[in-house]
Amino acid sequence: MEQKLIKIQKDVLMQIEQVDNIKDLENIRVQVLGKKGELTSLLRAMGALSPEERPLMGKIANEVREIINQSIEEAKASISSKQQELDLIQERIDVTIPGSFMALGHRHPLMQVKKELEDLFLSMGYDVVEGPEIDTVENNFDDLNAPEDHPSRDKTDTFYITENLLLRTQTSPVQIRTMKTRKPPIRIVSAGRTFRFDDVDDTHSPMFHQMECLVVDKGVTMANLKDSIDKFVRALFGENMKTRFRPHNFPFTEPSAEVDVSCLKCMGTGCDACSFTGWSMELLGCGMVHPNVLRNCGIDPDIYSGYAFGMGIDRVTMVKYGLSDIRLLFDNDIRFLEQF
Amino acid sequence: MLIPINWLKDYVDIDKLSVRELSDGLTLSGSHVDSIINLNKGIRNVVVGRILSLISHEDADSLKIAQVDVGSKVVQIVTGALNIKTGDLIPIALDGAVLPGNKIIEDTVIRGQASQGMMCSYEELGVEDKLIPKESRNGILILPSEFELGRDINEVLGFEGSILDIEITFNRPDCLSILGIARESAATFEKSFNFPDIEILKPEDEIGQYLKEVRIDSNELCTRYYAKVIKDVKIGPSPLWLQRKIMDAGMRPVNNIVDATNYVMIEMGQPLHAFDLEKMKGRKVIVRAAREGETILTLDKEIRQLSNDMCVIADEDNAQCIGGVMGGYESEITENTQLIIMECANFNSKSIRFTSKKLGLRSEASSRNEKALSPRNVSYANERVCQIIEQIGAGTIVNGHYDVGVTDFKEKTVTMRPYKCDELLGVTIDTDRMIRILNSLEIESRIEGDVIVSKVPHFRPDIEQEADLIEEVGRIYGFEKIEPQALKGDILKGTRSDLGNLEESIKCYLSGIGFCEITTYSFISPKKYAMLNIPQGSDLNRDIRIINPLGEDFSSMRTTLLPGVMDVVAKNTHYGNKKGKLYEVGNIFRSEVIPIIDLPQEIRTLSMAMYGDTDYYQMKGVVDNIFRQYQIDVEHLSVNDNPSFHPGRTAGIYHKDTCLGIMGEIHPLVAKRFDIKEKIYIAELNLENILSLQITERKYSEIPKFPSITRDMALVIGDEFEVGEVIKEVKRRNYAFLEKVEFFDMYKGKGIDEGFKSLAFSFVFRSKSRTLNDEEINQIFNHIVTDLQKSFNARLR
Repeated sequence: MEQKLIKIQKDVLMQIEQVDNIKDLENIRVQVLGKKGELTSLLRAMGALSPEERPLMGKIANEVREIINQSIEEAKASISSKQQELDLIQERIDVTIPGSFMALGHRHPLMQVKKELEDLFLSMGYDVVEGPEIDTVENNFDDLNAPEDHPSRDKTDTFYITENLLLRTQTSPVQIRTMKTRKPPIRIVSAGRTFRFDDVDDTHSPMFHQMECLVVDKGVTMANLKDSIDKFVRALFGENMKTRFRPHNFPFTEPSAEVDVSCLKCMGTGCDACSFTGWSMELLGCGMVHPNVLRNCGIDPDIYSGYAFGMGIDRVTMVKYGLSDIRLLFDNDIRFLEQF
Repeated sequence: MLIPINWLKDYVDIDKLSVRELSDGLTLSGSHVDSIINLNKGIRNVVVGRILSLISHEDADSLKIAQVDVGSKVVQIVTGALNIKTGDLIPIALDGAVLPGNKIIEDTVIRGQASQGMMCSYEELGVEDKLIPKESRNGILILPSEFELGRDINEVLGFEGSILDIEITFNRPDCLSILGIARESAATFEKSFNFPDIEILKPEDEIGQYLKEVRIDSNELCTRYYAKVIKDVKIGPSPLWLQRKIMDAGMRPVNNIVDATNYVMIEMGQPLHAFDLEKMKGRKVIVRAAREGETILTLDKEIRQLSNDMCVIADEDNAQCIGGVMGGYESEITENTQLIIMECANFNSKSIRFTSKKLGLRSEASSRNEKALSPRNVSYANERVCQIIEQIGAGTIVNGHYDVGVTDFKEKTVTMRPYKCDELLGVTIDTDRMIRILNSLEIESRIEGDVIVSKVPHFRPDIEQEADLIEEVGRIYGFEKIEPQALKGDILKGTRSDLGNLEESIKCYLSGIGFCEITTYSFISPKKYAMLNIPQGSDLNRDIRIINPLGEDFSSMRTTLLPGVMDVVAKNTHYGNKKGKLYEVGNIFRSEVIPIIDLPQEIRTLSMAMYGDTDYYQMKGVVDNIFRQYQIDVEHLSVNDNPSFHPGRTAGIYHKDTCLGIMGEIHPLVAKRFDIKEKIYIAELNLENILSLQITERKYSEIPKFPSITRDMALVIGDEFEVGEVIKEVKRRNYAFLEKVEFFDMYKGKGIDEGFKSLAFSFVFRSKSRTLNDEEINQIFNHIVTDLQKSFNARLR
């Protein structure tokens, strides 16, 4: 019997070696180890053995079964790994074929810059507030200390809805709205649409966008204003940017200044884009909130002071993306929009 | 304002400064130098010569041969010039001379005659056409004064040094003058400032002998009027130095009297006007408001219609000048004028601005008079111009003057607390330094106790309060010297408004699914409403109008975003962009009352458009995902009466009774009007309503533990029924274990009778507490089938 067992083992192992697919292996398993299999039949005959031989043969039979089983498993693993390799080779694809195109959406470049600016100020603790596009003469001019004879009030400069209502010419009326409804400390930015009586050309549009920043608190200084603007300009255009504060005049700030920043093309060394001055001109207007403006909003200028600055978002967008014609921004050609 | 540096040097010692230092210094103290114009035109070897003789060229009728003395020698020049004669002094470009544009002049032979150089015109010397005096245009420059022969023309014409082009801010009309900038330069560079000495050497007679009366009838329109009389006037060209000075400042020389007034206007910033006294009927000057309907023929030979809010300078009968804006043709100075009135006045700036705008007349004079000029300057400027006229021998000044209107000027004082100055600027400046700075600007200041008391000079009406003085100190001290300091105070948390956050999140969603954001104008053409079929009387037609639009196309504040979006779609289809998914977020403008009285409603609105390779249900999916995101239950109700949209492919979007927007296919007729061939799907949603209904809170609900059972059903149903009705009916009946019912297909055609359609639904059943068995679900499903058959007269397919 032992001989038989060993022969089975030997035969089966040989068979296994020649098999190259899982199905045949399964057949072998059934043939040998199945209910009616060779080994099973042999084991059934063990009842005829003597009690001494039985455990011995049982042990051998189990070993044989174990070996066959293991061999089948190993052969299976080897076959499936070979098969896997074959499959992988067959499944090879051309990775240079373009992907299935899923259309990407695009924010309008102006709105991207607007959001970027807002987010920057949000991170510095400023609230983002909004104001209406149609506002009062009071909010847009009177309370902002615009002289009664200031040319900006003319119908050739400002769009009027009635004698008292207009399309805001700046985002500054939001300053007034804020100061009239909130108490210091105030830290806000406000961006949005603004309107001026300008015919459309490369650099002008009757509708454009501004962003305004206002801080009112005790002890706010021009040194603070310079710090905020420096930080802001560097965050927007890069750490190497320098700023230059030129005294200027705005009705709603005193002192007032215009801010030039390093020319973005040459970074200050001088080139044709900056007329060899090294400066990009008039990116921002700024100043300390005029005491008349504080008073108009019921804030005592002897206790509080503040600063404000503003800029044209369209201008920043054009500088940032290298646009030379503002009309591109309002033409909304998809081929343009998809670039941002 | 053009400031020739050489002229500036007459009043302030800036010889040691380079042009760059001067320009940078002025820019950083508030006089922004926009550009620097170099007067050196690169001219070489051009000298003064005198024509000794002039004969015709034998071989050419149009040419002449001149012998010209250039100091060191006599040269022969062949010329075609017409305006020259023997004895004239002219610029001669000698052999090897270089003219602007690197043009080189060499000895040559013209029609057999040697020509050893060229006579030059202003143009050839690189002077702008608009600055060349009339007598020197279209001809050779004939020098009006004596110069040494052979002298370099650059010296003679002052082609050296630079001109600063300075931007003058609204609050500083005093800087629209050389003296104003000289004063600024003196303060900026700590130099002394020298106001010119004004003295008339040989006045004669008395003014009353010539001019009977000067009076102001309208104090509102003219504050002060100062008149002088000049007799024995000899009109002619001014001397070269005077011509060249005003040319460099951007004005064309006219004649000695006009040039003198322009010289003083540029120097002092105060306009003047000279006119013929003998043309003034009754020898009177009356400053009054124009009569309604009165006309005047102005210098430019145009008849001007005047109104009673304009100021005129009149004689006994008629207006002779539009005060401060333009002189009259009648009283204009001519070659024969011998007796003139020199006028210098302070007009109402607002009225000047109004007048010049209304008449479309803007001059150097009006652009200054429309600003707040100092009434004190009026007398200085008039005496100064008389001094110049005497100096250049253009006439004899008559003793005395008329000075009417306000002549007693109140002195204004403003105080400044030095600590407040430091506090606002964020620096520490010595009090003495503050006082020194203010005094250098001619703001006479001294310390009194704890405060600096400053007398405001007459030419600085912009200084009204402490902050104004702080600015003066700050800008001369130098903003660049203020060290940046971080803001003190609590760290605050920045927030966006709820509407802003909603807008942001919707934009993120739309970007993610391939939509491009557009930006269109808030004002549109009112014609668009008709193009969109919007009926008269519709709310969308009750638009707010701009009273002074750029044109009709920009005159209506949009009541819907539709027109802008449609324009953009049209443009893009014409550009050949075959498909597009676009959106805009913006305000629409509505008012209960038209014409509008109070601020209107501005409603934040989202408009989305899709065209090319898309359909209604894609757009609906985009729309419904927004409501899903904000957990708002909405219903789409068919709309067949919105004339902008397709009557069979449009829905109103409702949450209970609140309309959140509309979506649908644009009416083919409307699309055609916008010249769009594609089908366009547009949805316009009211973001403010979404904001008020949105649920942003999220609560966890348990993930089901037990499996679901799904049953599908195909129902043949009359065409008149909509899927929404079926689903509503199913939901209404609240079947046990029914988790959801979903529509997944519709079929019409073979096998389905005309007037019917087959709708396929999928029903999902689940229990929260156990695994369901098929039998119980079959039972429920059969109920549903029976119910639907009954409700909709349907059958199973």
